Amino acid sequence: MPKNSEDTSTSEYPSLGKIMSRIGSPAELEELRKGLQAERDPAKPRITLCGGSACLATGSKEVAAGMEAELEAQGLSAQVDLRKTGCRGFCERGPVVVTHPDESCYLQVEPGDAPEIVAQSVNGHTAIDRLLYTDPGTEERIQRESDIPFYKHQVRRVFGSNGSIDPKSIEDYLALGGYSALEKALFRMTSDEVVEEVKKSKLRGRGGGGFPTGRKWEESRNAPGEAKYVIVNADEGDPGAYMDRSLLEGNPHLILEGLAIGAYAVGAREGYIYVRQEYPLAVENVILAIKKAEEYGFLGTDILGSGFDFTVTVHQGAGAFVCGESSALMTALEGRVGEPRPKYIHTAVKGVWDQPSVLNNVETWANVPLIINEGAEWFGEFGTEGSKGTKIFSLVGKITNTGLVEVPMGMTLEDIIFKIGGGIPGGKKFKAVQTGGPSGGCIPEALLGLEVGFDELTEAGSMMGSGGMIVMDEDTCMVDVARYFLAFLADESCGKCAPCREGTGQMLKILTDITEGRGREGHLELLEELSEVAREASLCALGKSAPNPFLSTLRYFRDEYEVHILEKRCPARSCKELIAYHIDPALCRGCMQCMKQCPADAIDGGRNRIHVVDQEACTKCGTCFEVCPARYDAVRKTSGEPIPPPVSEEQRIIVRKSKET
Amino acid sequence: MSATLLQIDGKQVEAQEGMTLLEAAQGAGIRIPTLCHHEGLEPYGGCRICMVEIEKRGWSKLVAACVYPVEGDVVVRTRSEKIDLIRKTILELLLAHAPDSPGLLSLAREYGADKDRFEAQASFCVHCGLCVRYCSEIKKANAVGFLDRGKRREIAFIPEIAAAECWSCMECFALCPTSALQAAYVWVNALVPSLPHVEAGSER
Repeated sequence: MPKNSEDTSTSEYPSLGKIMSRIGSPAELEELRKGLQAERDPAKPRITLCGGSACLATGSKEVAAGMEAELEAQGLSAQVDLRKTGCRGFCERGPVVVTHPDESCYLQVEPGDAPEIVAQSVNGHTAIDRLLYTDPGTEERIQRESDIPFYKHQVRRVFGSNGSIDPKSIEDYLALGGYSALEKALFRMTSDEVVEEVKKSKLRGRGGGGFPTGRKWEESRNAPGEAKYVIVNADEGDPGAYMDRSLLEGNPHLILEGLAIGAYAVGAREGYIYVRQEYPLAVENVILAIKKAEEYGFLGTDILGSGFDFTVTVHQGAGAFVCGESSALMTALEGRVGEPRPKYIHTAVKGVWDQPSVLNNVETWANVPLIINEGAEWFGEFGTEGSKGTKIFSLVGKITNTGLVEVPMGMTLEDIIFKIGGGIPGGKKFKAVQTGGPSGGCIPEALLGLEVGFDELTEAGSMMGSGGMIVMDEDTCMVDVARYFLAFLADESCGKCAPCREGTGQMLKILTDITEGRGREGHLELLEELSEVAREASLCALGKSAPNPFLSTLRYFRDEYEVHILEKRCPARSCKELIAYHIDPALCRGCMQCMKQCPADAIDGGRNRIHVVDQEACTKCGTCFEVCPARYDAVRKTSGEPIPPPVSEEQRIIVRKSKET
Repeated sequence: MSATLLQIDGKQVEAQEGMTLLEAAQGAGIRIPTLCHHEGLEPYGGCRICMVEIEKRGWSKLVAACVYPVEGDVVVRTRSEKIDLIRKTILELLLAHAPDSPGLLSLAREYGADKDRFEAQASFCVHCGLCVRYCSEIKKANAVGFLDRGKRREIAFIPEIAAAECWSCMECFALCPTSALQAAYVWVNALVPSLPHVEAGSER
């Protein structure tokens, strides 16, 4: 299994030339690996550049082109390796470049920085100060990637190799020990032993349900069936969550290796990767990885000469959130409309085409090679009683360091948000963290000490889900948050069962009424009743968990609901229908900024006149509030307070002090 | 097939393996309300009116009787405060679509559901899927299907197929628990796009 060690590489792989056909035995694999490793000089300068979707969006492709051109221009192409890796997680500061062997980490790199970075990587190792991470507290520059607080507090077991591997290169994966777990399972373990090891590790599904993976495998293994299937659930659909994309994009062979081990364990000969069409890079990389793995003999017939056959097919999802649900996903795989079906018999027993089918999430499969190589005990070194190992979270929202973080289960929310995430930007106050995706829940400040784990988060009224973490600050209205997620779920409900289709629709309507000032007494009770019905009677997990955004915000922020309903006021001053903007006549200096930029022409003013917001015409976009110069700070945002009457026309004339004298 | 013994509403019931709870109850003369169920069609589990409570080895949970397979030693309750609340609320939600449906109204009386609790909805359809499933499973015609999802989900006739298949069939109309005419309306509308467009539900 690849570890995040001092891997090395060369741009040429002479040892590959020796492989004329597929690898036919463990000895041949070992020989190839040794060859690949020998060709890589740890001392050779190497520039790694994040090529994940987030960094591509911030210009990583252009930076790569700049580096290539610069290496060419300086005649250094042979002396320096340039490697485009998968996502490194620190997406807030992308594109990220790390030079080796000194491990200097450069953030927000632009193509123009290429000459300096190239020069630095070959000529001694003086880091380029301006591109380094600056500690916001001490103003100190931090050179090494592993010393940056964002990385320092993480345990990157699953995700770590992303930064060392070119996802398009199976050789990179092999040099780091790739496919050794598959070799170990096939030649040194019985399929029973593989299932036992996974059971012993207490690995639980990373996709949302948290079902014990080993038990699922065992159930499938023991179930009668003509054929059995193993499936990767890469239909990641939670807003703001992208850990599965980054893994599949950045280290596709790790997922394939885990899947092949699972297939061997349960007795499947066919596997599927159900991946969102909206993840083009993940699709591209995994398809290439399958092709390469087949060429090398890690997939296909008689894998590594073991007699075990296993093929993998990629299936692209058409974009329905509900297809992340196991039975809906399987229905879609069969070529039908992706709607859930009753699963009183587990899909592990009766799944796709009514055959035993093991469906695990990307991150779950990624853990499997580690467990096989390092053992269940090693896996359980980290974690809480019920949740072992590490978990990747997608840390987004009002947070300084947006990105993907992998932490040991049991780390507190506070450590994740403040130590790794760097806290809330703009001097704002933390209000809540929403975990578990749209059907998760919001956890308030009082529970920041909560240790993350499947059961811990559920008890707090939220859930682990697939690992989304949306941080919210004091400007966030919790009623509006519930409305937002209900809107997402009502839109993504497949519409098959009544409690979900009709129930979420009605809940959304009531929540919208509350945020728009039409809340009535009795609304909360009605929402609770609809919640209970959806929770108890819906067909699938989407409907059953759809009330969570409402229930968890009601549990911790009931007062906000009550203020919206009874006082028609939004304490966070966020709900448009319940707020108003006006200009403080004592502070306005008639600079005309707000008037010029108001898109609704709702501000009356002019040179040396106090400006006034026309409340009828105002669309509450907040532009005036944002553009009013800080030295005047004259625009007021209020909720539930009467707007002071406008001053008379005579009083609106601003007499400058210079003219007074 | 072997026989299984279970208890429904305090009554010992013998059922065949492979049966659903609904079938076992019906066989014993115990009534469980249904909306989307049809003997000739595959169980669907969409309306959730048939939710019952089962207790097994000390565990109790709510399941849809029309799709849940019978098991031995299971205790089934077809009425409870929670079940009645679920049925009442679902009826109220559906009555917002089809306030004149005789079947819904009769159940509404039984469960004390208020047909005007929720604001009237534009579409008459309660999404039982009987027409869609009948056309697909029995007639193998697939002339009518579901379009879109969630709140926007609606039934729609596919004009090309409907033009060839429906004139001689129309068997789905009678299955519609809201109004057979409504199905016809949708069909005619799909078939003759030149007809003046009428808002769905306006002929209630």
